[in-house]
Order: sequence, then C-alpha cells, then structure tokens
Amino acid sequence: MRNARWPVWCIMLLALALELLPLPELVRPLRPAFTTMTVIYWTLMWPGRFGIFTAFVFGLLIDVAHGSLLGQHALTLGMVSYLVLRLHLQLRVFPLWQLTLAVFALVFLESFLLLWIDGATGHATLGPQRWGPVFAAALFWPLVMAGMDRVRERLERRRSSFS
Amino acid sequence: MAPSSADSEARTYRNASPGLAFFLTSVLSAVLMFVDHRSDYLGQLRGWLGTAIHPLQLAINSPAAGLHWMRENLVLRNTLIAENATLRKQALVQAVQLQRMAALQAENRRLRALLDSRARIPDRITVGRILAVDMDPLRHRVVLDKGSPQGTHAGQVLLDANGVVGQVMRAQVYSSEAILITDPDHAVPVEVVRNGMRSIAVGTGRLDQLSLPFLTRNADVKAGDLLVTSGLGGEFPAGYPVGTVTSVDGSEGDAFLEVMAKPAASLDRLHEVLLVLPPAVAVEPKAEPAEAPAP
Repeated sequence: MRNARWPVWCIMLLALALELLPLPELVRPLRPAFTTMTVIYWTLMWPGRFGIFTAFVFGLLIDVAHGSLLGQHALTLGMVSYLVLRLHLQLRVFPLWQLTLAVFALVFLESFLLLWIDGATGHATLGPQRWGPVFAAALFWPLVMAGMDRVRERLERRRSSFS
Repeated sequence: MAPSSADSEARTYRNASPGLAFFLTSVLSAVLMFVDHRSDYLGQLRGWLGTAIHPLQLAINSPAAGLHWMRENLVLRNTLIAENATLRKQALVQAVQLQRMAALQAENRRLRALLDSRARIPDRITVGRILAVDMDPLRHRVVLDKGSPQGTHAGQVLLDANGVVGQVMRAQVYSSEAILITDPDHAVPVEVVRNGMRSIAVGTGRLDQLSLPFLTRNADVKAGDLLVTSGLGGEFPAGYPVGTVTSVDGSEGDAFLEVMAKPAASLDRLHEVLLVLPPAVAVEPKAEPAEAPAP
C-alpha cells in the first residue's frame, strides 16, 4: 500500500481517454494537451513515485493510440518529465500564474519537438491543430491543477490515516 | 496536518541521476522511432500495446454506440413505416438499374474476351464499423472494429455508399487503423471519367478537399469533372468514385495546374464502411471465352 501508483495510472488513462474522445471538427484543434498536463502535474507533485520511465511507458501508449511514430510521444513526454524533475523545487513555489506560464512553455516545447520529429520523418504540418492544444493547455491548467490537487490531497490524507 | 512518511516519500525526489534515466529513455525512443520509420519490425509490439488500449477505445466509443443503438431501436412506428417505404422505392429503382447493369456487364465481358484482356473480377465486400475515437489531430486516421482475424490486412480499400474512403494501414487483432484519402500522406491513382486522363489525387489535410498536383497546364480538366479510381498501382480496384473537381487554377508561370476536388465519400460523418476483400479465386482469363461466342 505504501507505493500505490494505481490511482495515478487511472488518472493517466482518463487523460488519454480525454485525448481520444471524439469532438466536433470545429473544437478539435482546441483540445488541451491533457496527457502532457497530467505528466507535468504528477512529476511535479510526486517525483518520488512518478518519473521519466512512467512518462516513457505512457508515451508509448499514446503513440499506439494516436497511430503516430512509435517512440515519438515517449521521447517528448520523457523530456517534459525530466525538465520538471530538474526544476520541481522551483516550480512548486511558483504562484499559479507563473506556474501556468511554465506549463505553457513546457507544452510548447513538447509540441515543437513533436513538430521537429514529424518534419524529420516527412510529414510536418502547421496550423491550428498544432498550436491550439498548447494554448488550450495553458487556459485549462488552473482547472486541471485544482482537480488533481483535490485527488492528490485525498490520496495523501487516506494514506496518512492508515499509517 | 503532518504528511505521513509515505507521502513525504512520494513528494521528495531521491533519484540521484535523472539525467541517466532521461538518456536511456531518449536513446530507446530514438531507436524505436528509427526502426518504426524504416521498417515494419515493430508491428508485434504495436499489436500488443494496441490490444492493451482496445478496452479504452471501446469505452470511449460506447456512448456513440449507445446513441446509435437508441436511434435504431427507439423509433416510432410511423417513422419506420416511412423509412421502409422510401427504402422500398429506392430498392425498386436500383433493381431496374441493375437489370441494365447485368446486360452491360455481359456485354463488357464479351468485349473483353474479344480483346483477349484480363477479365475483371467482381469485388467481394464486407462491412466494418468505425469507432468514435479521435486519433492524431494532425492526421486523418480512423479506427475500425474489424481486425486481422476477420480478414483485414494492410492496404485493404475502404469504401462508403458514395465513394472511396481510404485504406487500412495497420491491422491488429481486435481493431485496425485506417488512413483517409484526405490525409496529407495519402495518394490515390485516379482518372477523369470524361476523357480517361490519369492523375493522382493527394490528401490536403482538410476533410473536404483533395488536390491533384500533377496536371500540366494543357491538361483537359474542368470543374465538375468526376474522378474515379484508375486501378493503376494495383491497390485500389478500378472504377470507384473518388471525388468531383471543384476548382482549376494556376498562374501563367506555373508548369502545373492547381486542381482541387471534393471527395465523393462523406468523410466527416462516417459510421460504417465497406471493406473490399481480395478475390476468393483468381479467375483465369482463359476461362472467359468459353461462354463468350454466343452472339
């Protein structure tokens, strides 16, 4: 019970489901990058339990679900997770607006790396579908963070009452 | 409240070398990408992971499937009667057209036999359902509910009632992944019905647009021309509608025209698609003349 990771995995699967949920063509480009946000949040808050390898495995699942190049999201999510790990002590004391900006930068960096890999394999496309999720992620971050904070506090409280 | 030891363990980071982990995963994913880009060796791994993801896809699809079921099962009797009447009328009209079709087919076979060319094999078709799952927003891909045990295979052609939809890219056990003709990575060999001129229709990344980039300035093509599959390349069976030409542009200096077409299939509301199966038995061209000399 000490190292229970399954609630986090459930949340990750939920994030993946949100990425795959069918949306109308008009709002599709504005779907926030839920998976990246989830990886950022849990690496930031539980770095002892959640890290680069988890992000890597999760990235592979995204690649299969999206039908993209196998390893593409694994690489970019691994990178995001690494950056958050390096900076987690600074990021945690940021006020919300600064953290939101940092998340924007991280998601932007991930998108850029994805674009770069797409370009290297010969199908680089630009457009609202490419950058929409980045802006949407920044907009949704306070909400997503509040929601996941609640889940995390609950998990921590439950565990502390066990011990 | 004071956090417990388990929580502080979760919240503090002890791993001394995140750089090493990052390096390892990066190298691993770079190798995976390289192999996946250059070859098909990773099909098995993709298949396993795809099977792991399949329940998730089904769960996402379930509201849409439920709605579909409700639309089919919870309808008023009057609606059903009206629908039945229109379908009956449609069937009658199509039966009349089929009568002519049979005669034309017989004539076609006879003429082909006279020319000693290879007989066209009628296509066998099965129905697949598209799961309501969004894939990569940058590409036009869909998930089908038919997998390799049901005969789905890479390269298989997808049609709907109006025309060509796309092709299967990867067949997995419980589902398969298909690419639409409007994906920027996809191209269909087409011909203009009016004059038989051949070209290639390339996806543009927009669901309502195809592009024909390889038509020279003197090519005889105009808006309204119907494009059908030419059958060249061997992947697509010949004669299925692909789209209609919507615009023909091109400035004076360019060597090629800018020709745009609208796909015939309604790609934005796909529910069910027809999968073209490979012919059961390859018909020998020699077998045809036996029934030919009738006239």
